[in-house]
Amino acid sequence: MFLLRLLLKNAFRHRLRTGLTLVGLVVALCAFGLLRTIVDAWYAGVNASSSARLVTRSAISLTFPLPLHYAERIRAVEGVEGISWANWFGGVYITESNFFAQFAVDAPSYFALYPEFVLDDTERTAFLRDRQGCVVGRKLAARYGWQVGDVVSLRGTIYPGTWSFTIRGIYQGREAGTDEQQMFIHWQRVAEAVRQRAGAGGLADHVGVYVVSVRDPDEAPMVSQRIDALFRNSLAETLTETEKAFQLSFVSMSETILLAIQAVSFIIILIIMAVMANTMTMTARERLAEYATLKALGFRPGFVVKLLLGESLLIAAIGGALGVAVTFPVARAFAASVGTLFPVFAVSPLTVALQVLAALVVGAVAAAWPAWKMSRIDIVQGLRHVA
Amino acid sequence: MRWRTVPLNYILRNLWMRRVTTALTATGMALVVYVFATVLMMGQGIEATLVATGQPDNVMVLRKGAGAEINSVVTREQAAILESLPGLATDGLGRARVTREPVVLNSLPKRSNGQPSNVTVRGTSAQGLALRPQVRLVAGRMFRPGTSEIVTGGAVARGFAGGGLGETLRFAGREWRVVGVFDAGRSGFDSEIWGDAEQMMQAFRRQGYSSVVAQLASPDGFEALRDRIAADPRLTVEVKPERQFYAEQSQALATFIRILGLSLSVIFSIGAVVGAMITMFATVAARVGEIGTLRALGFRRSAVLLAFLGESMALSLVGGLVGLAAASLMQTVDISTVNFQTFAELAFRFELTLSIAVQALLFALAMGVLGGFIPAWRAARLPIVDSLRQA
Repeated sequence: MFLLRLLLKNAFRHRLRTGLTLVGLVVALCAFGLLRTIVDAWYAGVNASSSARLVTRSAISLTFPLPLHYAERIRAVEGVEGISWANWFGGVYITESNFFAQFAVDAPSYFALYPEFVLDDTERTAFLRDRQGCVVGRKLAARYGWQVGDVVSLRGTIYPGTWSFTIRGIYQGREAGTDEQQMFIHWQRVAEAVRQRAGAGGLADHVGVYVVSVRDPDEAPMVSQRIDALFRNSLAETLTETEKAFQLSFVSMSETILLAIQAVSFIIILIIMAVMANTMTMTARERLAEYATLKALGFRPGFVVKLLLGESLLIAAIGGALGVAVTFPVARAFAASVGTLFPVFAVSPLTVALQVLAALVVGAVAAAWPAWKMSRIDIVQGLRHVA
Repeated sequence: MRWRTVPLNYILRNLWMRRVTTALTATGMALVVYVFATVLMMGQGIEATLVATGQPDNVMVLRKGAGAEINSVVTREQAAILESLPGLATDGLGRARVTREPVVLNSLPKRSNGQPSNVTVRGTSAQGLALRPQVRLVAGRMFRPGTSEIVTGGAVARGFAGGGLGETLRFAGREWRVVGVFDAGRSGFDSEIWGDAEQMMQAFRRQGYSSVVAQLASPDGFEALRDRIAADPRLTVEVKPERQFYAEQSQALATFIRILGLSLSVIFSIGAVVGAMITMFATVAARVGEIGTLRALGFRRSAVLLAFLGESMALSLVGGLVGLAAASLMQTVDISTVNFQTFAELAFRFELTLSIAVQALLFALAMGVLGGFIPAWRAARLPIVDSLRQA
């Protein structure tokens, strides 16, 4: 108890310096937490995916469509429970910066496969009845202030022209991790437009990906092999993987950027480590005479080490606690300002644990060198320093 | 007599006196400058790569509103009309210098971790090669028209399984043999696979081309060509100078990286500025007697202010130079990521320019001024008598 009081007194002897160090610590730990949360948000789609769903796409790449008649053949594969399909619409809402995902889906079967998109029955019926209709996520609607009945116009990049959709429903996510920033439109409407444009020879009856639900998630690897075997050496070979692997393949495309963000999040810890080490070195240098006095009084070198290390850890702990506390409101503000970029943005317990760990490591490392040096000072030399 | 400034020598010696503190403070700043410079170099590298992809007198024709080659469809009829337009350059045999190209994305596994990523596969022709003089074969030979032979860009040959010389890639129901590797002078083509256009069309079952690239007879003929295309109702296409097209392709990614990096640098710099402030406050506190002596000798307040501000700036300059030196080492690193505008892999390098170096050093000096000003101000305001008494 005595030691703790001494540490507190010592730590705040130099109010300005300790205050500045604390500010640095809080900023650094908050930035560290925010960066880790950004990386987590990138993986949010992966974590929200179901293990009972498979995604079948063209073996060449996602940009190649598959014929519609594959649906019936996949449905007949053993272990398959249900099937639906979706096309990436890729429309632009006013300008490119308003990016959000739009999928042209086979509405009746699609919502059956995705129970996490909760839509009430009247809205669902309204959407199914209206070929020009669309369904949007709660967060997306909130962002642009859309209400049921509003008309949304998109400029097509893959499907040329200007497209208008009437909002027939706003869905909610069942879980916290569900993406509430998507827009669903009718696949049939898109297919018809393609048919009118390109005639029967075009890609009207083609779909981007099939979504397949399996009866038993443990059987998923076998089912995906069966599906791919069915179309091997055909004109359009398929690649079937779990929804998780499918989502992960998107994330791994931006892996370089994610790695860079992670590397940078450790650099900020190094920066604050240098600042904190500087603070402790200066503190130790100024108290040289005091430590010599303590030693002259008969305190062992270990006590001096304890004093310095304890003070450093105390400052780091206070800074760490404040840093963690600040992270939450900052993350909320950040999520609000970037809008639709990250559908899910939450600080994970692991991030908080790492922040605390980083604070303690910074505290310990910063005191290491001065503590070692001070424990070895020559008493006579140190006392002479007073004069 | 009244001296204007404290000698520079005096300032620098003070830094040397407290080596450990100087080193630690400068390290913090060096790390910030490293992040700052690296990010700018990354943005610069992406832009330089994509701008180098376009030739100044080439134009790119895509379907209206397509934005990227993979979204675009140009029919055979449209391509034929485009080819017959006046104002295009011709080769020695009188044929227009035009290439009609199918462009598709193919997902291939990376050598490093086996993860698939999208590689651009381009069907081209002899004309297509002539239109891109920056592309040179470095190994093997060119593909023969009418065969399932391909040549790969340097980044693909190194980075993707099956992309090297003599290896085979399987896609679109065929085996494609890599008969050559080309170097595209650090342009976007380094991340592409090239084969015969007609073979690609058959294999991928494409009815139309993705883009048509043509060379203008004279560089200032662009407006005339654009107006002619706009006037023809059969041509639902838009034409852009190739340079502009590729510059637009780099915009989103380069901007994203710059904004992310700059906001990080600013947040990080708070840490480093705090470090500088702590150091400078301690320096001032330890030298109160000295400051009193300087003032008593006749140095003005402004001279004392400048001396401490100069010390802080010298400190930050050391940090800036170290950080910049570390960042310049990044130039040897090749990196590759998916450009979200084209959805395809793009290999590029960190590129250090004079303007980035100047910006990084200015950023470092700004940190020094921010960190040093308040302590220097305090030093300058000390009353002479009180400070002399403390000495």
